[in-house]
Amino acid sequence: MISRRMFLAGSAAAPFLSYASLTAVYADTPKDVLVVAQQLDNMTSLDPHESFEAVGSEICGNIYQKLVTPNLDKPDAIDGDLAESWSAAEDGKTFTFRLRKDAKFASGAPVTADDAAFSLQRAVIMNKGPAFIISQFGFTKDNVAERIKALDPATLVITTAEPTSLSFLLYCLSAGVGAIVEKKVALERAQGEDLGNGWLRQNSAGSGPWTLRAWKPSESVMLDANPHGGRGSNVKRIVLRHIVDPSAQLLMLQKGDVDIARDLTTDQLRALEGNASYNLVRKSVAGLMVISMNQKHPHLAKPQVWQAIKWAIDYDGIQKNVVPLTFVVQQSFLPAGFPGALTEKPFRKDVARAKALMAEAGLADGFEVTMDHYSAQPYPDIAQTIQANLGEIGIRVKLLSAENRQVLTKTRARQHELALTVWGTDYFDPHANADVFCVNLDNSDDAKVRPLTWRSSWQDKKMSDQALAALKERDPARRVALYEQLQRDHMAASPFAFLLQKTTTAACRKGVTGARLGTLSDSHSYATVRKS
Amino acid sequence: MRKRLGSLASGLASIALTLLGLAIVTFLIGRVMPIDPVLAAVGDNAPQAVIERTRAEMGLDRPIAVQFLTYLWQLAHGDLGRSILTKNAVTSDIARYFPATLELATAAVLVAAVVGVPLGVWAAVRQGTVIDQTIRVVCLAGHSTPVFVLALGSLLIFYAILGIAPGPGRQDIVFQDMVPHVTGLLTVDALIAGDYDALRDALAHMVQPVLILAYFSMAYITRMTRAFMLDALNGEYVVTARAKGLSGTAVVWRHAFPNVGVRLVTVLALTYAGLLEGAVVTETVFAWPGLGQYLTVSLMNADMNPVVGATLLVGLVYVGLNLLADLLYRQLDPRVR
Repeated sequence: MISRRMFLAGSAAAPFLSYASLTAVYADTPKDVLVVAQQLDNMTSLDPHESFEAVGSEICGNIYQKLVTPNLDKPDAIDGDLAESWSAAEDGKTFTFRLRKDAKFASGAPVTADDAAFSLQRAVIMNKGPAFIISQFGFTKDNVAERIKALDPATLVITTAEPTSLSFLLYCLSAGVGAIVEKKVALERAQGEDLGNGWLRQNSAGSGPWTLRAWKPSESVMLDANPHGGRGSNVKRIVLRHIVDPSAQLLMLQKGDVDIARDLTTDQLRALEGNASYNLVRKSVAGLMVISMNQKHPHLAKPQVWQAIKWAIDYDGIQKNVVPLTFVVQQSFLPAGFPGALTEKPFRKDVARAKALMAEAGLADGFEVTMDHYSAQPYPDIAQTIQANLGEIGIRVKLLSAENRQVLTKTRARQHELALTVWGTDYFDPHANADVFCVNLDNSDDAKVRPLTWRSSWQDKKMSDQALAALKERDPARRVALYEQLQRDHMAASPFAFLLQKTTTAACRKGVTGARLGTLSDSHSYATVRKS
Repeated sequence: MRKRLGSLASGLASIALTLLGLAIVTFLIGRVMPIDPVLAAVGDNAPQAVIERTRAEMGLDRPIAVQFLTYLWQLAHGDLGRSILTKNAVTSDIARYFPATLELATAAVLVAAVVGVPLGVWAAVRQGTVIDQTIRVVCLAGHSTPVFVLALGSLLIFYAILGIAPGPGRQDIVFQDMVPHVTGLLTVDALIAGDYDALRDALAHMVQPVLILAYFSMAYITRMTRAFMLDALNGEYVVTARAKGLSGTAVVWRHAFPNVGVRLVTVLALTYAGLLEGAVVTETVFAWPGLGQYLTVSLMNADMNPVVGATLLVGLVYVGLNLLADLLYRQLDPRVR
C-alpha cells in the first residue's frame, strides 16, 4: 500500500517527470527560417538616415539598397547597386547617376530617381548622427533640394559645392546613410516635420532583399524576404535573437536552436575550428585598436616617446596569446580591406631601441602615466600586457578600467593620458580615418570639430594639409598613392599607436551558406544566404 | 474614522516621500555618472555639432535643478519620459519588460516557498540530525554558488547534454508573435488565446530560470524558517502542548507554525520584491527580456529616464508588498487587529 508520505512525494515529483513531454515540441529551426544569435542591445533606430552603430547599420544594410556599394572582394572597386552607371562632369562638381529600371521596393513600386533624391535630401535635412557623410559635400537643409535632384525617373544629378573626387563621392554614397527609402511611404507616415523618422525607426520602406517585420528591443528582430527584392536565398524569414551571453550562443548553435552565432569568443571559436559540422565565415572589419597619447601630458608630447611606445609593444604576442581569432595585427590608421590601406607592419617589440628613444627624449628613468581602457574582455588582458611591455622601458602605467561609454566620454573631453580604445570607421573611404587621425584645424578647447587628433590635443599642420590634398585628388591611382604616403608619415610621427584590427566571425551550422561579411558592418549581408 | 483617515494620509505621505527620495537620488546618480547620455542617442562617432544639438533637444544643457524640476513636473503628470535607446515612452517599455520579470519572479517565489518552508520546518524539528545538516549544506550551496554558474551548468546539462529542456529565451521562435499580447505574461496570454502548445512552450522555457531563482531564494527562506521554528519550538506553549499529549504533527503545524507564519510573511514579501527587481544574471544567461536587463543596459548607456522609471517601479513594488505584508499581519496575528 502507498503511504501518505510516498503519495505526497510522488505528486510533487510528477510535474518534473512530465517535463520531458513539455519539451517535445522542440526540433531544429524550421527549414525556411534562419535564426541568428547576436548581441542586439545598442540599437537605437532602424531608420537608415539615423542609425549610426554597428548592428543597426548591418540590419539597415539588409533592408535598404544604395546607389552604389563597395565590392566585398576588391576594396578599390565600387559596384552599382541601384545605379547602373554614373559619370562626372569636367567641372568636378556635377555627377549624374542612371538608375536601374528593374529595382522595386518591398511595396512593389519601382525605385525612381525621385525616391533617391528624396532619400539623400532627407538624410541632410534630418541631420542625425551619420548625416555629415553626405552633407560634407556642401549640402545644407536650404540648398539640398537644388543640389540633389531627379531629372527624370531614371536620372539623378548631384552637384557638390567644391570640385570633388568621384571615388570619394561614391564611397560616401555607399555608406548606410546613402540608403534609398520609398518617398511615398515615408511621407505618408510622417508626423509633422519628421519625414517619417518616427515610423521608420521601427518599420521599413526599402528595396533590399529583406523587409523589417518586427523589432522588439532586447529581444529580437524579424526580417521577411522582400517579395520584389530576393536574390537567390531560399530562406523566407530571418530571426535575429538577442542572446547576450556568448556561452549561451554556443550552446544554442550546437543544439541547432540557432543557425548562426555572431559573438563567439576566441576560446569558443577554437572549439569549433576544424569541426565539419560548422562553417566559420571570418572577415577583418573596420575596427582598429589604438592607443591615443594625450599631448597635454608633457612626456607624451615628445615624438621620441610616441615611437618608444610603438617599439615597446609586443604586437604578435598580444595577437597570438590573447586574441588569436578575433583580432589581427594592423599598424596603419586604415584598416586592411580599405582602399589604399597599408598592411606592412614596421613595428615589433624591440626593447633596446625603445629604451634608446626614451633616453633620447631625456626620460631614461621613465615616467608614470595612466591608461584608460574598456572593462569588457579582451581589453583588460591586452591592457595588462601593454602595461608589462611599457614597464620594460620604464613607463609605469596605471590602468583605469571602465565601461565603454565612460572611456569614450573621458577621451572626448580630453581628460585621458593614454587611452586604449577601438575606433570603428564611418564609411568606406580612406578619408574617413584620415580625417579623424590626421586632420585638426582647430585645437582650441571650444573647437566645433573634434576628431581623434583634437581629443589627443595633437595638431600637425603638414599632416592635416597632406590629408586634405589626398581628399581632393581626382585621379584615383594618385589618390591611393597619397594615402599610402600619409600612412607611412603617420606611423613615423604621430601620437597614435595602432595595434590590432578586429575580425568578426559568423559561426554557421553545416548547411547554412551564403552569409557574407563586409569590412564595414553595413556590408554584412544575408542576401544570398541559403539553408539546406 | 478620523483616526483611520489620518493614518491613511500619513501612510500615503510616507509613500510619496519615499518615492520622491528615490527619484532624487536616482536622478542625481544619473547626472553625476561620467557617461555622456548623448552618445547613446547619436552613436559614438557622431560629429560634435550633432552631439551639441541633440544635447539641447534632450534638455541636458540646462542646469541640473531645472532638469530635475522639469522631470518632477512630468512625473506628476504620469510621464516618465522617453528612453534614448529604445526611443519609446518609458511607461510602454516597462509595460513590456516588467511582465517577463513578474512571471519569472512569481513562479520562483511560489516554488521557493512551497519547497523552502516545509524544508525549514523539517530541519528545525530534526535539529542537529543528518537531515538538518543535509538541508543546511543544500541551502548553503544554493546561496553561495554564483547564479551564472548554476544557470550555465543547468543549460549545459539539461539543454545541451540531456536535451530535455529548451534553450535560452522566453519562447521558441515557432511561437513568436503567435499569441496576441494581452497581459504580457506569456502563460496567461496563451491561456486566454487557448493556445495550449504555446502555453506548454512558455512553461517549458520558464522551468530552468524559475528553478534557479527559486533555489537561490529557497536557501534564504529555509534558513529563516528553521530559525523562526527553533525559536517557536522552545516556547512554553509548545511544551504545554506536548505535555497535553498532542501528536508531534499537531504541535508543529497547529501550535508552533502559525506563530512563525507572521514573521515568514515578511521574509516572503522581501524575497518576492527582490526577485521583482529583475535578476540580471539569470536574465542575461537565459536571454530573458526582463526588467533587470532593461535597467542594466539603460544604466550602462546613462539612459536615465528608464533607470529612474524602473527604480520608481521597484520602489512601488517594495512599498506595495510591505503594505500587503502589514495587511496579512492583521489577518494572521490577532494581537495586531
